[in-house]
Amino acid sequence: MKNVLGAICGASCLLLAVPAMAETTLTIATVNNGDMIRMQGLSSEFTAKNPDITVKWVTLEENVLRQRVTTDIATKGGQFDVLTIGTYEVPIWAKKGWLVPLANLGADYDVADLLPKIRDAVSVDGKLYAAPFYGESSMVMYRTDLFEKAGLKMPENPTWDFVIDAAKKLTDKSAGVYGICLRGKAGWGENMAFLSAMANSYGARWFDEKWEPQFNTPEWKKTLATYVDLMKQAGPPGASSNGFNENLALFNAGKCAMWIDATVAASFVTNPKDSRVADKVGFALAPNTGLGKNANWLWAWNLAIPAGSKKTEAAEKFIAWATSKDYTKLVASKEGWANVPPGTRTSLYQNPDYLKVAPFAKLTLASIDAADPNKPTVKPVPYVGVQYAAIPEFQGIGTQVGQQFSAALAGSTTVDAALSAAQSSTEREMKRAGYIK
Amino acid sequence: MARMATTRRVAVSTIAAWLCGFLIFFPILWMMLASFKTELEAFAIPPSFLFFHWTLENYATVQARSDYLHHALNSIIIAGGSTLIALLIAIPAAWSMAFSPTKRTKDVLLWMLSTKMMPPVGVLVPIYLIYKTVGLLDSRIGLVFILCLGNLPIVIWMLFTYFKEIPRDILEAARMDGATIGRELVYVLTPMAIPGLASTLLLNLILAWNEAFWTLNLSTSQAAPLTVFIASYSSPEGLFWAKLSAASTLAIAPILVLGWFSQKQLVRGLTFGAVK
Repeated sequence: MKNVLGAICGASCLLLAVPAMAETTLTIATVNNGDMIRMQGLSSEFTAKNPDITVKWVTLEENVLRQRVTTDIATKGGQFDVLTIGTYEVPIWAKKGWLVPLANLGADYDVADLLPKIRDAVSVDGKLYAAPFYGESSMVMYRTDLFEKAGLKMPENPTWDFVIDAAKKLTDKSAGVYGICLRGKAGWGENMAFLSAMANSYGARWFDEKWEPQFNTPEWKKTLATYVDLMKQAGPPGASSNGFNENLALFNAGKCAMWIDATVAASFVTNPKDSRVADKVGFALAPNTGLGKNANWLWAWNLAIPAGSKKTEAAEKFIAWATSKDYTKLVASKEGWANVPPGTRTSLYQNPDYLKVAPFAKLTLASIDAADPNKPTVKPVPYVGVQYAAIPEFQGIGTQVGQQFSAALAGSTTVDAALSAAQSSTEREMKRAGYIK
Repeated sequence: MARMATTRRVAVSTIAAWLCGFLIFFPILWMMLASFKTELEAFAIPPSFLFFHWTLENYATVQARSDYLHHALNSIIIAGGSTLIALLIAIPAAWSMAFSPTKRTKDVLLWMLSTKMMPPVGVLVPIYLIYKTVGLLDSRIGLVFILCLGNLPIVIWMLFTYFKEIPRDILEAARMDGATIGRELVYVLTPMAIPGLASTLLLNLILAWNEAFWTLNLSTSQAAPLTVFIASYSSPEGLFWAKLSAASTLAIAPILVLGWFSQKQLVRGLTFGAVK
């Protein structure tokens, strides 16, 4: 009897020991962007090098992912081991203790090679809380052929006056060509990303040093009035429902003389497979008004480890692999230099192979350098972030304001009414959240 | 003369019915067409209706990137499982309320319906915490359970209204012949209520199949059904309409086929009883 019991005990111990020897499975949550999908495809290279780790992917739409990941991280659900998050979330979540600081990325990771502005955006108190996977700013993309025909020459660092004047001159509504395409669809990451950056260049800011909303200032009025007037005269019809993808389609179809948007669009508009104007696109910095700030934003998609994960070691190994210089080389060897994730490492912008295939590289780097998340505006502000304020309430506030501004563009409200509604709704939310009394 | 007028009326109403049907079906048709376009053509303005370069490229991409069968199997298990369990609970419940009502039956029915009035996001965090504690996150059982709970009030209400239509005399006759409650349920009530049961089953299956809030929030990869599969094809930067359409077409195909074959029961069931 004793022997039988002993045998059973022994067998169960063996069975229990099996999971300890089993592989670590990482669950990685990500958005559906070209670069992320490519990473998913190449992850077999990582698992081949690390046979004790397997990876599972959860790809979701940006807003669904944000909601899903926030629920999991706030309840310490531990469903994910690696998250794809934006520069907006990193400082907020790091301060709440939701992210694991990345201290063991390995000796050859070369943190110093990360672009300083991007590195700042994902660090809190000097500690790296996320590793940038790809970074972007915004810039002017314009049609060189149309500019030439009109006898105009785009400066590398244009002013708003020049851009507005050119947009009006280049508009030929009968031919279906519009001077400028800009975002109009409501949302904190849609029209407000563009308008906040534009407002920065006009000397406006979201909040003053005491967190008072600033929509009642002349700077905001100038920004919104200029934007609405410009779009009415030189923008495409129905612009209030255009976001990144709609404008991309318009530009690629040859309907926009200028488009100010994310630098990652540069590789789309110069790709002859998707774009009818691939060989006729020039690039310039986002416009300014001479106040020292250009109308460009700063954003990066980053990989981070949630505090609830029990597999931090393996997760950090994966992050180090996916954001390393070697990963860039791997993508280049498999899919060519034009497809490597841009905007995170200085070394990429010194690589002659990359510079050869990416005519927009110089301007992308200059745009990223021109945006400063710690000093985003002409006047001082209490928040971090160029096209957003990194506070948890911003998503809601930004979208409400975005709806007002989108309505002003659609003509269903006036510029003054939109600004005053934005001011009162922002004041209400900031009072509720306890920033102001 | 009268016959001619009638023929004309029939023709007009037939055309009107076809037109309505086409209008209702149009978004699905448009999605299917978009799934055969290239990304550029799917986004083009003005859009082309039939004369474009037809391609299967999107289906190939979707197939290469996601495990459709895994998601489809999860959808079948989750929708089918939750529907069957809901029916097993709802048949006796609706039977007792329809044939042995008490003073409180109406209140109970209303109370059940009131649970549907709360937006699900209101209970997301408590449910998430419970699921985390009992280890039901990303499990098919967990999703079967939550969808079953969510749809139970509708199932009970529908069955209740169907059962109410069945004359009590028939049941009494069965009892006179010595049928037990079980036999009465299985041999008398159920066969008479088959159209109602079939339409309830199908409606609940469709509701569970399309349910996107809980399935997106409580699953990760293991138990992820087709809703998660669709959600992975929307992109903030880059064109995605054609691929999203291909994924959506694949996701609705099984339920569309099922609906097509059971439309006779569905129509009969919906015109039978009080839910009209």
